[in-house]
Amino acid sequence: MSLGLVTVSYIGATILFILSLGGLSHPESARRGNWFGIIGMGLAVLATVFGPGVTNLGVLFIVVALGIGGAVGLYAAKTVQMTQMPELVALMHSLVGLAACTIGLASFIDPSAHFATPAEKSIHEIEIYIGVLIGAVTFSGSIIAFGKLSGKIGGTPVLLPGRHWINLAGLIAVIVFGWVFVGAQSGAAAGFALFVMTVIALAFGVHMVMAIGGADMPVVVSMLNSYSGWAAAATGFMLSNDLLIVTGALVGSSGAILSYIMCRAMNRNFISVIAGGFGSGGGTVVAAADGQPQGEVSPISAEETAELLKDSKGVIIVPGYGMAVAQAQHTVNEITAKLREKGVEVRFAIHPVAGRMPGHMNVLLAEAKVPYDIVFEMDEINEDFPSTDVAIVIGANDIVNPAAQDDPASPIAGMPVLEVWKAKTTIVMKRSMASGYAGIDNPLFYKENNRMLFGDAKKMLEEVSKNI
Amino acid sequence: MTSIIGIPRETFPGERRVATVPEVVEKLIKLGFAVSVERGAGEAADIPDAHYEAVGATLVDGAAALYAGADVVFKVRAPTAEEVAQMKAGTTLVSFIWPAQNPELMELLKARGVTVLAMDCLPRQLSRAQKMDALTSMAGITGYRAVIEAANAFGRYFAGQITAAGKIPPARVFIAGAGVAGLAAIGTAANLGAIVRANDTRAEVADQVKSLGGEFVKVDYEEEGSGGGGYAKVMSEGFQAAQRQMYATEVKNADIVITTALIPGKPAPKLISAEMVRSMKPGSVIIDLAGEQGGNCELTVPGEAVVRHGVTIVGYTDMASRLAKQSSTLYATNLLRLTEELCKAKDGNILVDMNDDAIRGLTVVKAGEITWPAPALKLPAPPPPKPAAAIVEKKSSGHGHGSSEPMDMKSLAITFGVGAVLLALVGATAPAVFLGHFTVFVLACFVGYMVVWNVTPSLHTPLMSVTNAISSIICIGALIQIAPPGRPSILIGLIAFVGIALTAVNMFGGFAVTRRMLAMFRK
Repeated sequence: MSLGLVTVSYIGATILFILSLGGLSHPESARRGNWFGIIGMGLAVLATVFGPGVTNLGVLFIVVALGIGGAVGLYAAKTVQMTQMPELVALMHSLVGLAACTIGLASFIDPSAHFATPAEKSIHEIEIYIGVLIGAVTFSGSIIAFGKLSGKIGGTPVLLPGRHWINLAGLIAVIVFGWVFVGAQSGAAAGFALFVMTVIALAFGVHMVMAIGGADMPVVVSMLNSYSGWAAAATGFMLSNDLLIVTGALVGSSGAILSYIMCRAMNRNFISVIAGGFGSGGGTVVAAADGQPQGEVSPISAEETAELLKDSKGVIIVPGYGMAVAQAQHTVNEITAKLREKGVEVRFAIHPVAGRMPGHMNVLLAEAKVPYDIVFEMDEINEDFPSTDVAIVIGANDIVNPAAQDDPASPIAGMPVLEVWKAKTTIVMKRSMASGYAGIDNPLFYKENNRMLFGDAKKMLEEVSKNI
Repeated sequence: MTSIIGIPRETFPGERRVATVPEVVEKLIKLGFAVSVERGAGEAADIPDAHYEAVGATLVDGAAALYAGADVVFKVRAPTAEEVAQMKAGTTLVSFIWPAQNPELMELLKARGVTVLAMDCLPRQLSRAQKMDALTSMAGITGYRAVIEAANAFGRYFAGQITAAGKIPPARVFIAGAGVAGLAAIGTAANLGAIVRANDTRAEVADQVKSLGGEFVKVDYEEEGSGGGGYAKVMSEGFQAAQRQMYATEVKNADIVITTALIPGKPAPKLISAEMVRSMKPGSVIIDLAGEQGGNCELTVPGEAVVRHGVTIVGYTDMASRLAKQSSTLYATNLLRLTEELCKAKDGNILVDMNDDAIRGLTVVKAGEITWPAPALKLPAPPPPKPAAAIVEKKSSGHGHGSSEPMDMKSLAITFGVGAVLLALVGATAPAVFLGHFTVFVLACFVGYMVVWNVTPSLHTPLMSVTNAISSIICIGALIQIAPPGRPSILIGLIAFVGIALTAVNMFGGFAVTRRMLAMFRK
């Protein structure tokens, strides 16, 4: 295959990737979009393997490597539970980061590189340096995110004293070593600089994600997604490969936009999320206690809930992370189906940051076969609460907290929330009266029209379902 | 020790309610109490003795035995002198009392050394007291029953119909007073298909009336009539003239009039004159729920249904009792909530805590002293006006339609400025080869930006997994490193091999899991 054909294949792959992302604008076209992605990937890989850059011996190695990796990947994709999607995605991001590191390393020790001018050599070295840097941060950050999402590491933010200074020192060190790396005469000195920087970058990735609270995980996951794209783009620069640059930029910007959307959904500054420490229960949060809502909550039993649901005309269900934890989505669908059969209008309201990754709730509901045309996003459904008889909140807290609108002193003031309290009755399913990730009390629980259904979401919902 | 809650049979003529029901007895026993019920107490409310016994209550023969054994007495109607005489000293009585109307009874109770919690003295303004608000639950039933009584006395359908046998106009119902009873009546009548119009001196209830399907009729006169505690106050002379005018018109046009106007501690206002009754069509119905306080209509005979000038005027004073099972259940639940408040330790003993605003208000006699009326509640200051900034509606575009909020000029200028400086820096230092790639890079960022804004939020997870799969394109880098022609290096080959294997996990896994996810999205 000639170089020309390879380039044309790359262009084709690029177009297919763009169409693949574009296809996700609607569930119907999304499946086709995924196929576009697969074809594009296949095209790019085949064109490279049979192009002028790879010998026949190489093809053998490639087939073996792809076989091993592919088998692992397919197995993981097949067995993963939908509630574990965030973990899987985070873990996969780490692989891209690690791959970026290995490619950067291989490129660095490649003795055959020759450059026309010193400037080009410097540029190439900077590219290697940046590629490894981003790769290493992505790798360690994703590993930590995986640990947090799968519960292997505690969800609470770990805040080192003077963490911003540590980050700044790390950044300066990275720049200094970068200068050493580019200016180094011997390979050993350059290698040392690269090694130190990699260690710093790994530490930085760990530190960054450790400092971010569990509720901010959607932002982190999409940010790491973005990083893995930038890592690919940096590798593309390093290898002068336009396909890598374009694809990396596509992925990078898509991840960045997702992070932005998530931040906007929480009315939070992107920088402040990255800087971390939200919801750490620090002094300010406790000080807000004087505005704490008082009163008491009225509990309700599963049977009464069932009665209430049966007798209503319109029901809105607001799922949160608690539903994912309890794996209650199938039971929720069961209830939905039963109620719809009885002529009750059941809809779902999804807050953009519900769950631990963007769109997490939608996937869980889809898995449980809840029809997607009764699943609405916040902006679409928020105005309908006043005309709703019952709003059920399943394992969500901060996203339905009226303090975000009423209490300017609240740490989540201004965050758009689902206005469930405007429904005639709200039922909040919760394990206990503990506060949400933001560590603040929720005045919703004390509203007159609110009832608390305590207990494990799945167990309680099963009981509700039995009684309908 | 465990206190015994005694439930006597109501002795007031015509009273069918009972102060507790078997479902509640169960919960009281869970709170640690023993419950004894007078034989036949629930009979009039269709609750057989056996049902009480089945859930663990003890049946007692005769009121005397019951009062002798009970530490706490739950009643519906205020006790008679005879009943008070049977109570032990130190008993706690929970019942409707109406202390203002019954001063002798209060003296008797005081002399008897009974602690009395009067359900009618609950500070209704306290939102946490609402669960024990028996007046509200009774009023709701009263309103419902009023409509049912009206339908019974009325000779036509409520809902309009067009049938083969001709057209039937809907009944026109006018409801005076939109308190709890009025609102319940509005809802019930509207559900039966009638055209419902309602009036109240408190303008703020207009929305509640509308929400239940009624139409709010305003008096053409400016005055605010909210009197605190959920009641209306007496209005000025000018207002009353305008109100009379309005009532005359409304009553004349209505088929059914339901009046619920009460002013605490005063006789009910005479809203409907004999003249107005005469103006009504024969066969019309007036349900006067204020019968006990003299009635809102001049011609009402409290406790009876009479026909005057061809109009049936119903002045029953026992509407709630006419729905005995329902009202008993609700009243029992109200009492249960109160008991929970009194017995926070759940040890079967009650504690009348005079520091608790709700309990303080309810307690009218304690330890041989009259504690009524309770000092006025310090009402919480009305919530400060919400800061406008917090509730400014975010005219957010939704994620599906791009960021349609244009940036303001300043930040736009800054963004462009910074961008221009950065580009200039790159352009000044980088070699031409790099710039070619850079162009591609920047343009690709923009394409990504445009494309991703169109992704529907529900597909954000598949988007992440598909972009994750696509980012394994980094594999290409490893592919061209593994064995390029002419420079075999084992080490590089090995590293590249690892790289390919890693990205392959992503590539296959990412696309497969996306496919699996997307297959689940269905209509």
